[in-house]
Amino acid sequence: MKSVILQTATRYMHPILLLFSVFLLLRGHYLPGGGFVGGLVASIAFVLHSIAYGTQQTLKILHFNPLSFITAGLALATLSMFLPVFFGYPVMTGLWLNQPFPVVGLVGSSLFFDMGVYFVVVGVVLTILFTISLESH
Amino acid sequence: MLLIAISGIILALFLIPLGKYIKGKWSITLAALPIFISIRLLLRIPTVSGGSIIFQHTDWVPSLGLNFSFRLDGLSLLFSLLISLIGALIFIYTSSYLKNHPFLDRFYAYLSLFMAAMLGLVLSDNILLLFVFWELTSISSFFLIGFNNEEAGSRKSAVNALCLTGLGGFFLLVGLVIIGRVAGTYSIEELFASADILRNHSTYPLIVGLLFAGAFTKSAQFPFHFWLPDAMKAPTPVSAYLHSATMVKAGIFLLLRFSPILGDTPIWSWSLMIVGGFTMMYAGIHALFKTDLKAILAYSTISVLGMLTFLIGLGTREALIAACVFIIVHALYKATLFLTTGIIDHETGTRDIRVLSGLKAVLLPVFIAGLLAALSSAGVPFFFGFIGKDLIYEATLNASSNISVYLTIAAVVTNICLVTAGFIAGIRPFVGKLPPQFRHIHLPQGSMWVPPLILATAGLIFGLVPGYIGEVVISPAISVVGAEGGTVNLKIWHGFNLVLILSLATLLAGILLYLVNKKFPVHTTTTTYAPYSFFSQIWGIFLRISARFTAVMHNGFLRSYLVKIIIFAELLLIYELIKAGPISIDFNQLSPITIYEAMNVILLIGALILIVITSSRLTAVVGLSIVGFTICLMFVFYGAPDLAMTQFTIDTLTVVLFAFVLFNLPSFLRFHTKNRMVIARDAVVSILFGTILSLIAINVLHIPTNKEVSEFYGEFAYTLAKGKNVVNVILVDFRGFDTMFEIVVLAIAALGVYSLMKLKLKPTEKE
Repeated sequence: MKSVILQTATRYMHPILLLFSVFLLLRGHYLPGGGFVGGLVASIAFVLHSIAYGTQQTLKILHFNPLSFITAGLALATLSMFLPVFFGYPVMTGLWLNQPFPVVGLVGSSLFFDMGVYFVVVGVVLTILFTISLESH
Repeated sequence: MLLIAISGIILALFLIPLGKYIKGKWSITLAALPIFISIRLLLRIPTVSGGSIIFQHTDWVPSLGLNFSFRLDGLSLLFSLLISLIGALIFIYTSSYLKNHPFLDRFYAYLSLFMAAMLGLVLSDNILLLFVFWELTSISSFFLIGFNNEEAGSRKSAVNALCLTGLGGFFLLVGLVIIGRVAGTYSIEELFASADILRNHSTYPLIVGLLFAGAFTKSAQFPFHFWLPDAMKAPTPVSAYLHSATMVKAGIFLLLRFSPILGDTPIWSWSLMIVGGFTMMYAGIHALFKTDLKAILAYSTISVLGMLTFLIGLGTREALIAACVFIIVHALYKATLFLTTGIIDHETGTRDIRVLSGLKAVLLPVFIAGLLAALSSAGVPFFFGFIGKDLIYEATLNASSNISVYLTIAAVVTNICLVTAGFIAGIRPFVGKLPPQFRHIHLPQGSMWVPPLILATAGLIFGLVPGYIGEVVISPAISVVGAEGGTVNLKIWHGFNLVLILSLATLLAGILLYLVNKKFPVHTTTTTYAPYSFFSQIWGIFLRISARFTAVMHNGFLRSYLVKIIIFAELLLIYELIKAGPISIDFNQLSPITIYEAMNVILLIGALILIVITSSRLTAVVGLSIVGFTICLMFVFYGAPDLAMTQFTIDTLTVVLFAFVLFNLPSFLRFHTKNRMVIARDAVVSILFGTILSLIAINVLHIPTNKEVSEFYGEFAYTLAKGKNVVNVILVDFRGFDTMFEIVVLAIAALGVYSLMKLKLKPTEKE
């Protein structure tokens, strides 16, 4: 069931949703948002794409297997957890750069942790949904 | 000593990735580890036999009193030398016994794991640490017995052994914890000082009973003995190492270790003497009616273990010396006999004594080893076994006068059986005429027949220099089992006395019995013994109960699980609500209802009605998502944008997920409408649950909330974590560890779904 209306809408919605998910991720530390919600919105973007164009097409534009997002996310989160140890602080101490970045704001280790959460959530949701959808067709 | 105890575990770990390179012709190099450990231990002999005890301590879980504290005293030195020296020979033997076996690396890993566990067990100074290693020996024994895991018999024997020794271990743990509670310490060294407190404490009989449960199951005492003959399904090196020389002696070690702490009371002595005495005669007589070489050896091992228990129960200085000497004697000759049996089995393919004969012609060095071992086991003069037997008779004759006659008779009967069993296993297969089907047999590799020959020769050499062994090994061991009194003098010649007469009479009677048995064989092949069938009946009852329990509690229907879980939660909550007392609502406190909220609730109720009455799954799912969205709106009204946002996205994804899954399901089965009882039950359960939760929600309004935590987060979110969104700061900073574990759980869930969906079972494999 390919719908031209849905496909056309998805062509615009998909990038906007992804951009919005990054926006949610970055603003999380100051305003409602964060890695978890951001990851969910990003997965919705891909799910929308898969409904419109079929899961095979979505896997193509993803470039990576959804499982590898989980690996990457866990690795990133773990790294940011243990990064302070190399500077002689206890595990999970927040480390912050002195100067705020333009647009993003102040960057610290917890931002990378949140990015890890983001990738894990995207990976988990897409793995579950795409596995089921590919098996059912 | 920590290194000695855990090096085997480290070796086992290294074998996981590197095993495939080693399991070829290099496997014999693995014997370097036990040899290295033996050398380290041998170098400690001068210190320990000088009377000092070496301690080593490393904290592990100090809050539980569980620490890596080790002690090397005479007793642990005796056992650890046996373990490492025999271990070295077993490692060498295995390299050719299981040559080219596809899982040889796995076997070595189990074997070194076991060696580590056993060394740790005898070296522990902390009784909880001792228990940890104790369990590890049971587990590694399980793997080794079940090594040929494609045979149903091996698997069953492995499970039997694990169940029984595991059960015993459980009792032992309870006993050790009570000891620790009563004495206030888990250190063996400190327990020596609290012996009187323990002996006079009201829980003393309980402690002794629990300790015995552990020792008797491990050391195969009647009525728990049947797992040991069963365990002979293991490859022969395992039988030689675990089930005769070392692991089954763990129970004996435990009894020896605790004799100075708990021993020397009527309960202790009488139970050990009765159980040990019965076991030794029962198993000794049984051994004579077996036709399988390994079964004969298994029963004679049980008999010896009974003898050791019996001697420890006797508890005099002579008896304890006899026990320590007999441990060495038995380890040497029994391991030899197992190894020669292994060679016979390996070369001829049978272990049936009715078939085997005349192998002397083709396996001469193996025969020499078997002969030496049989002679040592028979207690022929100049062998170490002779000294062992003399000491046993000396101990029984010198026991208190009114029982010494009975004890001596029991010992003589057992020894006669052991002499015969030793001859049947060590000499019988080699003498006589060589049947034609064994003509082509040739001697195996040296690495296979040299180890038994070394062990058997050691039995002779030790017998020639008993004074030295007594001074260096036995004396320090005796001094820590509660029988001080100077150096032990072991002599070959005790003079012409009653002991010598008894010893020679035993030998003669044993030889006579052997000849009679050979001429007029009486064999039973039945394996149904009273204790065994009793335990298998209990086992069957367990299986039936668990099958019924599973049928009720775990029947595979989600709806049945949900009903049970919800009813259970309801009962708990009702109990709590009744305990909390009456509920009252103060309407003045509540804020006025706005038009948005009213609209929202109407929407929610409409969706709920839709869900309950619809007959389409998809409609029900859409209805559920409407409920979810109305709850999101509630969050928005009451200022929780983070929650609302997450709930919105989750709800969206849930609908998509449901749509994908529903695609695979059969159409909606309408059993609910068919059975009004089910509808009524579901309605009652759900209405009750909703009512309870509402009552709780109302009740919560009255409970003064503790704002400390939220105030802390609110106050420090910006100053400590530089964030203004408190929820997010909690997630990624304050409670970051929780989040970390949550995402790990998410990842595991995804992997689970992935593997379940990708797992393509054939129809026959589906349950």
